[in-house]
Amino acid sequence: MSTTTLPAALDRGESPTRRAIRRFLRHRLAVFGLVVIVLFVLAAACAPLLAPADPLATSWSAIRKAPSAAHWFGTDENGRDVLSRVLYGARASLLAGVVSVLVALLIGVPVGLLAGLAGGWTDTVISRVADAMLSVPFLILAIALAAFLGPALENAMLAIAITASPVFVRLTRGMAMEAKATDWVEAARALGNPPWRLGLLHVLPNIVPPLLVQATLSIAEAIIAEASLSFLGLGQQPPAPSWGSMLNSAQRFLTQAPWLAIFPGLAIFLVVLAFNLVGDGLRDALDPRSDRR
Amino acid sequence: MGLWLLRRIGQILPTLLILSFLIFGLQQLMPGDPALILAGEERGDPQVLAQIRAELFLDRPLWEQYLRWISRVVVGDFGFSWRIREPVGALILEKLPVTFQLAGMAFLIAVLIGVPAGIVSAVKRDRPVDWATNGVALFGISTPNFWLGIMMILLFSVELGWLPPSGYVPLTEDPLQSLATTIMPAFVLGSGIAGVLMRHTRAAMLTALAQDYVRTARAKGLAERVVVAKHALRNALIPVVTLGTIEFGRLLAGAVLTEQIFTIPGFGKLIVDAVFNRDYPVVQGVVLATALIFVLLSLVADLLYMAINPRLRTA
Repeated sequence: MSTTTLPAALDRGESPTRRAIRRFLRHRLAVFGLVVIVLFVLAAACAPLLAPADPLATSWSAIRKAPSAAHWFGTDENGRDVLSRVLYGARASLLAGVVSVLVALLIGVPVGLLAGLAGGWTDTVISRVADAMLSVPFLILAIALAAFLGPALENAMLAIAITASPVFVRLTRGMAMEAKATDWVEAARALGNPPWRLGLLHVLPNIVPPLLVQATLSIAEAIIAEASLSFLGLGQQPPAPSWGSMLNSAQRFLTQAPWLAIFPGLAIFLVVLAFNLVGDGLRDALDPRSDRR
Repeated sequence: MGLWLLRRIGQILPTLLILSFLIFGLQQLMPGDPALILAGEERGDPQVLAQIRAELFLDRPLWEQYLRWISRVVVGDFGFSWRIREPVGALILEKLPVTFQLAGMAFLIAVLIGVPAGIVSAVKRDRPVDWATNGVALFGISTPNFWLGIMMILLFSVELGWLPPSGYVPLTEDPLQSLATTIMPAFVLGSGIAGVLMRHTRAAMLTALAQDYVRTARAKGLAERVVVAKHALRNALIPVVTLGTIEFGRLLAGAVLTEQIFTIPGFGKLIVDAVFNRDYPVVQGVVLATALIFVLLSLVADLLYMAINPRLRTA
């Protein structure tokens, strides 16, 4: 556990960022996760170049064909190439995961900072609202929000973002309160810095590491949530490809065309696993108390 | 203890009040006029629209609508389904036992897998067994449970033909058949939670094993088995029990997709069907009911924590 001697990194005159990177790179599984994420991002970005076919092009002669040299992942019930749809589907999933978590951060961090730094009634009200939202299970709240907003990918992303934000409110609030009590923030306040400056320049930079870890893990959760909403028909609307909606139609042809269910699910699993691995690796690398070097 | 309980309930009330605002507010997100949706084919008839609005108090100010709604909710009246034409409360009560059976079985599976796995991996820290259990837990957490469900149907129903792919038989009707229809969904639902429980147990065991009293027990020459089972495990289980109670609440959310895949007529299927029928009172009712269950569960978790932690008992 923690020791009273100086951390080894300080002896070497290494910056915290460099030390974190070095520790992260030593985490082999996390690096594997990062590689998988990069590959999926490339696949999503270069989908038009990589995809062997148009993901929307239906074909009467190629309905539900098993995987072959012509169609590596087979074809679906409308004769569309599954590989192409999986590649294009990466766009919806990654976009939904990243954008919804970014929006959740944009909502959660300022609100959490406000609660933690202002204290008093502001804090009480904000904390109670966050508690109330956290008392509804993630997916049920996301489904209810998406249902009332109407079925569309953007609405699903918004629903996931709103549902994910209280976690960031709570995390930021806790750390802002902790930071507020430290001597360096006290010193900055004594020098006459206004509260917004304290929050932005003195507290925020110090709470970035835990936020980064939580954001990575939240992306994994958001990708599953988007796939779930699309599976239920509340996310990406057909015929646009999304892994969740592909699984929905695959379920109807499970006996005749099992490959339809295998590949989109495998893609979700790999991406989610990769984000979880990177999140775990970041946690180990960024935790100053961790004794792993 | 009595005072503590009162204070704890005092904390719940504002949470529930805010929750009621949020759930009532959901309705305001809806694009368009609910009366138009309800009128369906008759949407061109202003008389019908006016009648619907008057019946549902949609023509009244928002605060009045809220007060009418909340005053009925507190006495257990969750409103009337727009489509099924039945009280929402009755619909929920009818579906809840099904989901509870499923969630109960899933929780049992999760505990039976997660807790022993966590103990073993903590005791054998940084050995192959530890890596393997951690790997399996990570797989469990990363697999979307609706995909796992589809894959299990593919293997056990389509390929092997051992289990029915869907449907539900109530426990009271035919216990054996009931188990056959719920074992796959329960496993699907439990597997993700098993991974989470394993991680909690492992972390708690590692903390417990590093304590002085464990060292003392070892120094006394007690067998390692006794040290692990009696001294470390008993203390490690305290946080696991409370976290486990809260995870049970998460099972209700997981049930939404699992019930959809295995066509089990529970709570989750109720909300999904309601979403598609635009039966908003049912959606609101289900959200409210899950939140209530969750709030009660965290109260139970706190009480359990008090009950099993001797250090807090005298307080």
